[in-house]
Amino acid sequence: MTYNWNFHDVFVNWWALAIGVAGTLKLFVVCLVLGMSLGLVIALGRRSQNRPVRWLSTLFVEFFRNTPVLVQILWFYYALPILAPIEISPFMAAILGISLNSAAYSAEIYRGGIQSIEPGQWEAAKAIGMSGLQALRRIILPQAIRRIIPALTNRGVEIFKMSTLASVVAYVELLQQGKLVASLNFNPLEVYTVVAAIFLIILYPIVRLTYAVERHLARSD
Amino acid sequence: MYEWDFSPVLAQGGFLLAGFRNTLILTATALSGGLVVGLLLALARLSHRRWLSMPAGVVIEVFRTTPPLVQLFWFYFGLPIVLAVEMTPFLAAALTFTIQSGAFFAEIFRAGIVSIEKGQWEAAKAIGMSHSQCMRRIVLPQAVKRMFPSMMERSIELMKTTTLVATVSYADLLFQANELAQKTFRPLEVFTVVALMYFVTISFVSFLAARLERRFARTGEFTT
Amino acid sequence: MAGPILRLSGLGKSFDGNTVFSGVDLDVYPGDRISILGASGSGKSTLLRCINLLEIPDAGQMEIQGATVGEPSRSGRARYPERQLRDLRQRVGMVFQHFNLFPHMTTAGNVAEGLTTVRGMPAGEARQRALTELRRVGLEDKADTYPSRLSGGQKQRVAIARALAMDPDILLFDEPTSALDPALVGEVLGVIEQLANEGRTMLLVTHEIGFAYHVSTRVVFLGENGIYETGTAEEVLKHPKRPLTQQFLAEHKRFQF
Repeated sequence: MTYNWNFHDVFVNWWALAIGVAGTLKLFVVCLVLGMSLGLVIALGRRSQNRPVRWLSTLFVEFFRNTPVLVQILWFYYALPILAPIEISPFMAAILGISLNSAAYSAEIYRGGIQSIEPGQWEAAKAIGMSGLQALRRIILPQAIRRIIPALTNRGVEIFKMSTLASVVAYVELLQQGKLVASLNFNPLEVYTVVAAIFLIILYPIVRLTYAVERHLARSD
Repeated sequence: MYEWDFSPVLAQGGFLLAGFRNTLILTATALSGGLVVGLLLALARLSHRRWLSMPAGVVIEVFRTTPPLVQLFWFYFGLPIVLAVEMTPFLAAALTFTIQSGAFFAEIFRAGIVSIEKGQWEAAKAIGMSHSQCMRRIVLPQAVKRMFPSMMERSIELMKTTTLVATVSYADLLFQANELAQKTFRPLEVFTVVALMYFVTISFVSFLAARLERRFARTGEFTT
Repeated sequence: MAGPILRLSGLGKSFDGNTVFSGVDLDVYPGDRISILGASGSGKSTLLRCINLLEIPDAGQMEIQGATVGEPSRSGRARYPERQLRDLRQRVGMVFQHFNLFPHMTTAGNVAEGLTTVRGMPAGEARQRALTELRRVGLEDKADTYPSRLSGGQKQRVAIARALAMDPDILLFDEPTSALDPALVGEVLGVIEQLANEGRTMLLVTHEIGFAYHVSTRVVFLGENGIYETGTAEEVLKHPKRPLTQQFLAEHKRFQF
């Protein structure tokens, strides 16, 4: 009873999958930029002198790290429009859920990176008359970012994988298009194999690169 | 201004709790399976025999770099075609998340095993232990303590990932929530309650993990 | 006279084409206490590690109690099957420079581990034996302490007890005091000396030349091509005949005999 694989129908529909890849990439880039930059803001918020700011940033991080991202996406899609008089598209809901979730995770990465810099660096920067912000921008962050590049890249890979969750609210991305092709041609096995392979082809080089960077940093530190 | 009304949700509390129970069952199944698979994959990956380490490496990398939802669809919709078996949502989910978390656990096990100093292996061999005795009696017990924080973190990730099974109609907490939202026309309240349920559960587990970790760190026997 | 416990003939080891030592011939008789000296990098530690096969020698042959260890193979290098490795290691006790105690087991647990896991001895009996060995090194009261609570000197004494518990025919000491604070060296040397007085067979790599003189029945100076000079402690350490030995000892003049 060997099964005869037939990839023909998948390749005939390559354009549908290509549209899906485009949708995935679009969602990925937006969430990556938003998540990583908001993460930095939140990380700085957790270090703030201002108690409410510190407290809110912590709550944000805890909440978004301790709830499933799929629940967040569905909440933004089904629940938020009830509270606010706005139209929420599947794209918007996915962006909100994935970006905020990633912001919480990357905030912790930034925080760990900043904390890992020796206090002597702050002191030296202040000793030559820098303000706190200048010290952070010119001295601390450049060193911290270097150390956290592997962790941030990992996060990026996670964001890419998370983009598939947007299919749950019918946003047109690779998995959603895969579902469509599979339902038209009754060939889920081949379609999902190809979809998995596409993710692997895109992400595996990045993963290997992360390993290499990690090794490089471990040696040079 | 929207008027919040939680009473329809609370009236159906049992419905959500049934989903919560299924979430816990699935998490526990995948967690215990994943730990076993993870240890086996790690041992195979560390083996000097290429026919063991190569396939283990492929499984680990594939399951770590492809999205879990794609894996779930593959196991639920695709695999039954090859195997000609009936696939239930629970079986597909348990299989997917066991292997997927196993792949992540494998890397944690591997890092823990590799982190044990060479001298420990040598001392164990010097009193005549075999490789597997060294691993079981000397290396793993020490490695597991070092791995504990990453293990807990991964287990929490696993619990969150189980929400994906709602997409293949396994009646977990999220699936039940979706049903309830449609029945009651109260998606805001339902999804808010469910988000809070996850939040409280996961925060509680994190809190316990942090306490255990501190306890481990305090007792001196775990440091050299 | 009985034959040697251990006989090395033409033993050699190289890493990536760099010879660590070669052509070592050595007979070890019951009750021998042999100190191995040599310039740094002369492969003293590697030689010890080869004797209990933590490193696999790539030339020569080893006999223990008259039986050849390893199996000859066509390439001329002996092969060492896993079974033989484990048997040999039980008969050759090893004490490491960095102790290598098992941090997750108590002191008594460390000493009993080989007995229970390797020999299959019941736990209660193994513990009794462990306590006996701990008494021998003066640490019976630390039986239920974890290694992290012990001083370096105490750790090394536990490591010695762990080796003794396996009733080895020979004890190997690989720079047993090099990792210790000077103040703690004495207690470890004291234990080794006591074992020497009991007539145990041992091989000792050490930088404590004064101690080597005091305790050894024989001293071996290891050179580039096997054993460079050997004799009694008096001969090698007081009246060395060959230039490299003389030079080495001149550099270590500050030791008093």
